[in-house]
Amino acid sequence: MSALAVEDLHVWFDLPGGRELHAVQGIDLALEPGERLGLVGESGCGKTTAILAMMGLLPPSASVAGRVLLGGEDILAGGDRTMRPHRWTDIAMVFQGAMNAFDPVKTVGSQITEPLERAGIASGRAARARTAELLELVGISGERQDRYPHEFSGGMRQRAAIAMALACEPKVLLADEPTTALDVMVQAQILELLVRLTDELGLAMILVTHDLPLVSQACTRAAVMYAGRIAETGTTRELHHAPLHPYTRMLFQATPDLRGTGAVSSIPGAPPRLDEPTVGCPFSPRCDRAFAPCAATRPPLRTAGTGHLAHCHLEGGA
Amino acid sequence: MSPQELAEAIVPATADTRRRIPLWGFLKGHPQAAIGAAILVVFALVAILGPWIAPYGPREQVGPIFGTPSNPHPLGLDDAGIDILSLLIYGARITLIVGFAGALVAVVVGGLIGIVSGYFGGRIDNLLMRITDYFLVLPDLVLLIVVASIWGRSLRNIIIIIGLVYWTFMARLIRSQVKVVRERAYVKRAQALGASHLRIITRHVLPQVLPLILAQTVLMVALAIFLETAISFLGLGDPNAPSWGRMIENAFDRSAISYGAWWAIVPPGLAVAVVIMAFNMLGTAAEDALNPRLRVSHLLRRHFRMRPLPDKDDAR
Repeated sequence: MSALAVEDLHVWFDLPGGRELHAVQGIDLALEPGERLGLVGESGCGKTTAILAMMGLLPPSASVAGRVLLGGEDILAGGDRTMRPHRWTDIAMVFQGAMNAFDPVKTVGSQITEPLERAGIASGRAARARTAELLELVGISGERQDRYPHEFSGGMRQRAAIAMALACEPKVLLADEPTTALDVMVQAQILELLVRLTDELGLAMILVTHDLPLVSQACTRAAVMYAGRIAETGTTRELHHAPLHPYTRMLFQATPDLRGTGAVSSIPGAPPRLDEPTVGCPFSPRCDRAFAPCAATRPPLRTAGTGHLAHCHLEGGA
Repeated sequence: MSPQELAEAIVPATADTRRRIPLWGFLKGHPQAAIGAAILVVFALVAILGPWIAPYGPREQVGPIFGTPSNPHPLGLDDAGIDILSLLIYGARITLIVGFAGALVAVVVGGLIGIVSGYFGGRIDNLLMRITDYFLVLPDLVLLIVVASIWGRSLRNIIIIIGLVYWTFMARLIRSQVKVVRERAYVKRAQALGASHLRIITRHVLPQVLPLILAQTVLMVALAIFLETAISFLGLGDPNAPSWGRMIENAFDRSAISYGAWWAIVPPGLAVAVVIMAFNMLGTAAEDALNPRLRVSHLLRRHFRMRPLPDKDDAR
């Protein structure tokens, strides 16, 4: 059974004047235990909103539809009420900019201990020992738990945030841009750490990023999001070498290649507005292979081998 | 892509949605502000149209002493047989004028000192803040009693006293905000370009603190009206200006309570309470709209909603 399965997830935000923004427009994802899935796409395509919905952490202005299955149980069905018992104990998150997410006036250790005590896993001396263990796990000396966040470097804080996410031994870890704003050395360390932890703990992880090489490096599979929908899902190898959706291909073309074959090209235009209904394929105005049906009808789901899916009118690859 | 196109791609044509707070939208989004504003408009109209809508003059004896509320005098008569409703209408003028003028004095003096102190910092800041501290530690009530008895009882003096009591609060607030703005990169940039202090203050600092000043001014008016009422009740108000505070003082002084003449005290008391409440409602809503950091909605225990899945053909 999948560790985490998302079925037809929608998220809307209320806008002033009674209007709505359809931020996530029905996405499907499945994640096996120990699997690392990359969720990529440009800014504002709904990546963060989608995983916040999986954690049940959206603001009151949001409304949600769809199913989030954790080990077969729909934890989204009852909103916050059914989400709460699983949050952090079964599904945890490393927030975007997590290194700035610590409370500056509490020690790092006390902030890692908090979820342990809340979930009733450990308290007092045992919680301290567990916190030290967690910090060791991410490569920070356990004695440092009595330090304050400002006494940590950026990379250390990021690792401490990962330790905090792992505190209650979740089955699923959602990592939202865990390496953004870190220098490449620290970035590599964090990535290595996440890979090692998922391997060792059998943790399933969704890695949200807009850094394609990072995904290729750390994940076996990836989902490419565009305008609140998933354009293409497949193994990172398939996405790179045999993309079905032109957006995937153009994303890779926009990424510098170390071996330098072919020029880096940008994708012209901007993503569509999500506060108006989209007709046809949302990518069609920017697509270099758009043809008549693209602007008119919603692209069908196309398959090329198991688990390689794309929403595109094109037949036979992009 | 040309720089022009790039700029348009990054900043879509949204010149008409520049950050400003349309009054109508603000009132619509903040029901409490709308209620407050509506109350204030009514009181302001009453104050402006006072002489035309008041049934009798403010010094005109039209019936018996402490005459009970009746048809020609819906709110009864006071100790000199003057119509309470007319007094209330004339009193609205005095009270609102004193409230606005007192707040204005406090805001202008406090704002000026706050900006100078926060912007220049160093010794000037130190000196001005120590003066502010001095005024802050003086007990308000004692200060105003002493000043009122030395300067004499007049409307102008009351306005000055209100300014004297409240400017410190304003100065502190503006100073801290100016200190924040002063450290912004664009202020440094303006300095590097050789802009004068006056230009930086008026063009870069003032626009940033103005919303704060506006919201605080509204709240300050409420405080000023409250203080005016207190001063008048203590018998230090202008004897020739029938403010609401003076009406209460007068009724109290002439033992309206032992006559059972509640109508001499309740209407002005209620009027003061309602106007202060209205200013507060408007002021706190404005503060909330202009300073989103004060918002605490994220601390409320409210959550996202679930809704049924949309129709496939409809949503896609």
